[in-house]
Amino acid sequence: MTASAIPATETSGSLPSDRSAALGRLKFRDAGFRFMTFGAASLVLILLLGVAISLFIGAWPAFRHFGLDFFISDSWSPPKERFGAAAAIYGTVVTSIIAMLIGVPVGLGIAVFLTELCPPVLRRPIGVAIELLAGIPSIIYGIWGVYYFKPFMQAYVQPFLIGTLGAIPGIGVLFAGPPLGYGILTAGLVLAVMILPFVTAISRDVFETVPSVLKEAAYGVGATTFEVVGNIVIPYTRVGVVGGVMLALGRALGETMAVTFVIGNATKISTSILSQGTTISAMIANQFADADPGLFTSSLLALGFILFIITFIVLALARWMLSRLEVKAGR
Amino acid sequence: MFLRSFLSAALIAASVGCAWAGDISGAGATFPFPIYAKWADAYKKATGNGLNYQSIGSGAGIKQIKAKTVTFGATDAPLKAKDLEEAGLEQWPMVMGGIVPVVNLSGVKSGELTIDGPTLAKIFMGKITKWNDPALKALNSKASLPDLAIAVVHRADGSGTTFNFTNYLSKVSSDWNSAIGVATSVEWPVGIGAKGNDGVANNVAGTNGAIGYVEYAYAKQNHLTYADMINKAGKAVAPTMEAFQAAAANADWAKAPGFYVILTDQSGDESWPLTAATFILMYKKPVDVTASNEALKFFEYCYDKGGDMAKALDYIPMPENVVALVKKAWATDIRQK
Repeated sequence: MTASAIPATETSGSLPSDRSAALGRLKFRDAGFRFMTFGAASLVLILLLGVAISLFIGAWPAFRHFGLDFFISDSWSPPKERFGAAAAIYGTVVTSIIAMLIGVPVGLGIAVFLTELCPPVLRRPIGVAIELLAGIPSIIYGIWGVYYFKPFMQAYVQPFLIGTLGAIPGIGVLFAGPPLGYGILTAGLVLAVMILPFVTAISRDVFETVPSVLKEAAYGVGATTFEVVGNIVIPYTRVGVVGGVMLALGRALGETMAVTFVIGNATKISTSILSQGTTISAMIANQFADADPGLFTSSLLALGFILFIITFIVLALARWMLSRLEVKAGR
Repeated sequence: MFLRSFLSAALIAASVGCAWAGDISGAGATFPFPIYAKWADAYKKATGNGLNYQSIGSGAGIKQIKAKTVTFGATDAPLKAKDLEEAGLEQWPMVMGGIVPVVNLSGVKSGELTIDGPTLAKIFMGKITKWNDPALKALNSKASLPDLAIAVVHRADGSGTTFNFTNYLSKVSSDWNSAIGVATSVEWPVGIGAKGNDGVANNVAGTNGAIGYVEYAYAKQNHLTYADMINKAGKAVAPTMEAFQAAAANADWAKAPGFYVILTDQSGDESWPLTAATFILMYKKPVDVTASNEALKFFEYCYDKGGDMAKALDYIPMPENVVALVKKAWATDIRQK
């Protein structure tokens, strides 16, 4: 206030210097603002790098001691100091694949229904329900998984799968073994429910950004709803959809408590998806508190580092896919 | 959210007690936490001094005492005399408990099933997979054992219970000893891994044909079917307070440096083979002598006045002769001035 009042009372001769002072102030303020935002942005980079480096330093003794064997061996024996990550990596990847196979189509289906087909009366309740699903803490999914979903799997789903798919030569090995309820499949299905709201909420939001003029034009030339969704809505919003799917995959890969409750925590690889397994985060959650310093702790940190790398690769792949889609769309 | 967690933390702290300048601080095993909390409550009422015990697991307890962040550490898996020597630590047993095999077999009640050590090892190695296996039938001529797959349930997290259980299996089965070994978490050849004693109890209760191992109190509270065991003397025993105490009485505490006695597979006709003690670790030359003395006063109170409280919670107090040995060790080893 005073700064703008002063030049008016003073002689015109001193104006240029005043103006430059004001400009200097503004410039200084701008530089300060830029510096602060830049600092905030680089803080993220520094944190990321710091986490990666400290994990790697912690993991190094295990990598050095076991070498490539750490990634191939599925033996995890603390008393014998023999550690291999294969079982945990396998469980992490397979549960995530199962979750994505079920969660993504269903999630996209819900989003399409909500934006294109749903009667307005239902839109809000279903939308709110999806958002509530996203807000449930993962430990609640774990408890639900143990007390309600696992007995259901044990009593109905698994005996059915063993009886039908398990009898088919070839894919039968995927559905072998006694129906104990706990296992890779149960964990994958719980994860599917957990990632559903991510896929749905993000896809719905981006679907709503499609200009109605595009959709109406397509309907106008006689396209069916299916064709509109497939040819207009999804191509228009693919960046957002892929982003949502990747966020969901990120959650599926790193989810800890809910998986620990239902996966059965067996550190070995079996061909059957009904058998018990483990994931990287479940192993760390179970064993870190009691791990002896030395190779045991280092191996757990190595597991953490591997999960970090897997997540990184997934994100990089997503970026790469997106950039390819952009190029294609540009042509 | 923050406020609520802060409040609940404050409530827990208040219930365990915190008054004396500095508080007795300890960390470690989860298994004795209920009785330590109970003792602390009574001690606080009697003396006004409180205890801050973090039940973070045996391994973590050892880490904390070695880092000197607490006055005492608590562990179910005792340190060997050599390790104690290196770290300058004094170790003694505080209280005992029993581990029981629990099963879920329709038509079989507690006491109707008997298992011996080698058979138990074979089950947990996946070498015996059916309940009507000849080895089980030979031990249980009267029980009707079904043609049902055995579902093994074990701990997924690192645990002192697992340490004592695998220690027993290693003593009775050379196969187990060479292939799997003894630790707070091992490489289980078969089975479902569950979190905590309650996780195992819940799993066994929910799975027909399951077998697992839990602390006695969990078997009792969850009304699980337990199995009797054949002990070292070849006698069948049921898991009772008397059988746990018999195992402790038969152990040779006086000759064990650092009280390194693992109570599994003790001799004696009455001894329960899966008995376990939980231990306290303290520095012989404490950094804070006042805190160390306060902790010793608390443990003395627990030994002298805490027996009935322990029994009420299904723990077994240490026999008097062992308590006398521990007190003598305190007087000679730990600097109190």
